[in-house]
Amino acid sequence: MDNVFVYCETEGAIVAEVSQELLTKGRKLADELGVELHAIAAGTGLKGQVEPQILPYGVDKLFVFDDPVLFPYTSAPHTDILVGLFREEKPQICLMGATVIGRDLGPRVSSSLTSGLTADCTQLEIGSYTDARTGREYKNLLYQIRPAFGGNIVATIVNPEHRPQMATVRSGVMQKAVYAGSARGEVVYPEVGKYVSPEACVVKVLDHHVEAAKHNLKGASIVVAGGYGMGSKEGFDSLFELARVLHAEVGASRAAVDAGWCEPDRQIGQTGVTVHPKVYIACGISGQIQHIAGMQDSKIIISINSDPDAPINQIADYVITGTVEEVVPKLIKYYKKNSK
Amino acid sequence: MKLKIVVLAKQVPDTRNVGKEAMTPEGTVNRAALPAIFNPDDLNALEQALRLKEANPGSTVGVLTMGPPRAGEIIRQGLYRGADTGWLLTDRLFAGADTLATSYALATAIRKIGDVDVVIGGRQAIDGDTAQVGPQVAQKLGLNQVTYAEEILGITDGKATIRRHIDGGVETVEAPLPLLVTVNGSAAPCRPQHAKLVMKYKHASCPLERPADDPRAELYAQKPYLTLTQWSVADIDGDTAQCGLAGSPTKVKSVVNIAFQAKESKTLSASDADVEGLVKELLAEKIIG
Repeated sequence: MDNVFVYCETEGAIVAEVSQELLTKGRKLADELGVELHAIAAGTGLKGQVEPQILPYGVDKLFVFDDPVLFPYTSAPHTDILVGLFREEKPQICLMGATVIGRDLGPRVSSSLTSGLTADCTQLEIGSYTDARTGREYKNLLYQIRPAFGGNIVATIVNPEHRPQMATVRSGVMQKAVYAGSARGEVVYPEVGKYVSPEACVVKVLDHHVEAAKHNLKGASIVVAGGYGMGSKEGFDSLFELARVLHAEVGASRAAVDAGWCEPDRQIGQTGVTVHPKVYIACGISGQIQHIAGMQDSKIIISINSDPDAPINQIADYVITGTVEEVVPKLIKYYKKNSK
Repeated sequence: MKLKIVVLAKQVPDTRNVGKEAMTPEGTVNRAALPAIFNPDDLNALEQALRLKEANPGSTVGVLTMGPPRAGEIIRQGLYRGADTGWLLTDRLFAGADTLATSYALATAIRKIGDVDVVIGGRQAIDGDTAQVGPQVAQKLGLNQVTYAEEILGITDGKATIRRHIDGGVETVEAPLPLLVTVNGSAAPCRPQHAKLVMKYKHASCPLERPADDPRAELYAQKPYLTLTQWSVADIDGDTAQCGLAGSPTKVKSVVNIAFQAKESKTLSASDADVEGLVKELLAEKIIG
């Protein structure tokens, strides 16, 4: 009872990186609460494959559900596993990736267990809460912190009464690290049929096609990102030249993605990728908090913006006041001139 | 086959364009200053519903929304584009709902509507970006579920074939009815309003939207289709303990406005000297290169 659970997402027998990031965070939360960290993996052909990808992150107990009906993922069987297991185990916290799978599964589990779920958290902490109406004090709650309302505010959400306290977190927001302490590392293989009924398996995946990512934005040491201020698709494309010269990856704000200038998988921010580069060059990005949530840990931030009052300038180390049309070609030119 | 289709749609503040005028002097967001719009992804959902209706003669599309009386506008917007009917859930008891309490209200209303084959909603609403309500409704009603849909390719023999996006790829799935689908904003855009339908429904409204002595009272008596269905918690036989703030497990502990930890920044112009100076500095400190 009362342990911290992490749902580990798998593609084939590969555990998603976001799940490992959450194991590291879950371990910290469990240590702070004085409870165990438990992990769940559900898929096909997992036995003997996923254990070494999960246990090093400080897992005390791993539940591996291995059955042909569990991959490719469909909603109902995975929901049944989590709901059934949580009824037995009564965890206090459950974390999952804010991925397509996590955002499909989390709400179903929370709906079934009547537990609160907070999407796309950017920070998770433990703290106390006093209900203003009843005056009751709750200790050791999970603070689920996320930008809200179009990113204009940051809200701290708590679930005082209901368990588990559920949260999803985007890939890259937390950092994974192999656990230096000692964890029990027990592995169990529950019988899937005990949790999943045949009626839950009626949705069939006819075709499942996943490509390796075309870029490594999340791990890039230099990121060149464009916003609505790039003005057009052609304007945005000029960033690829700058990125090529600097050996950088190209990212975008939501506004640039919504405008159709860039593929959605390059979106940086709360609802996109979180990056931690050495240098972040923000080109024509005003800097809504949702965007900033995804890049504020960059070591050096350079903002190029024609508006000297753009919000992003407040967190920038260097502010270049000028149009991107003028500045980007000059950056390319002077980098080429001086880098040799 | 004839399908009974319900579209879940939400009226949202247009958070995409929050200007300075929408911030109060205390730095909080003034919702009233933002235009209320049809949630963008829900329009993509409506389009998929209307296409299903066309492909399956005899089908109906109804728009289900929850909000204050002015959210009746969402139903009108649906009717203007080809929906057949709509329902507005409006009651102070619904107020303050988190996603779970919202899904309870919507699921209870769908049960009341009865015999629904397909529920279609947008992937997420722009004021919360949670993407939770659709799956939560599906779980409460025991519906099959397909999220992140790009296109409903067709429905035959009680099974829908759907193309959807997954992380780093695409999938085609086959799901038996009854079914809930959430549709991406990148799916086909919604058709425009139809002038004839706008003429027909422009005075359609929910009773709560109307002034006390309505000059159009006679018109509404003559044309019953201009009175949109509005339901309270009692009308859907809802449990008040599961609605609104009371039915919400998540509580907002605190809200802070964004105050950036302002850094001391170096301000440069776009001149050649400034840009070259910056590049040289970054190279010298081995930050780039």
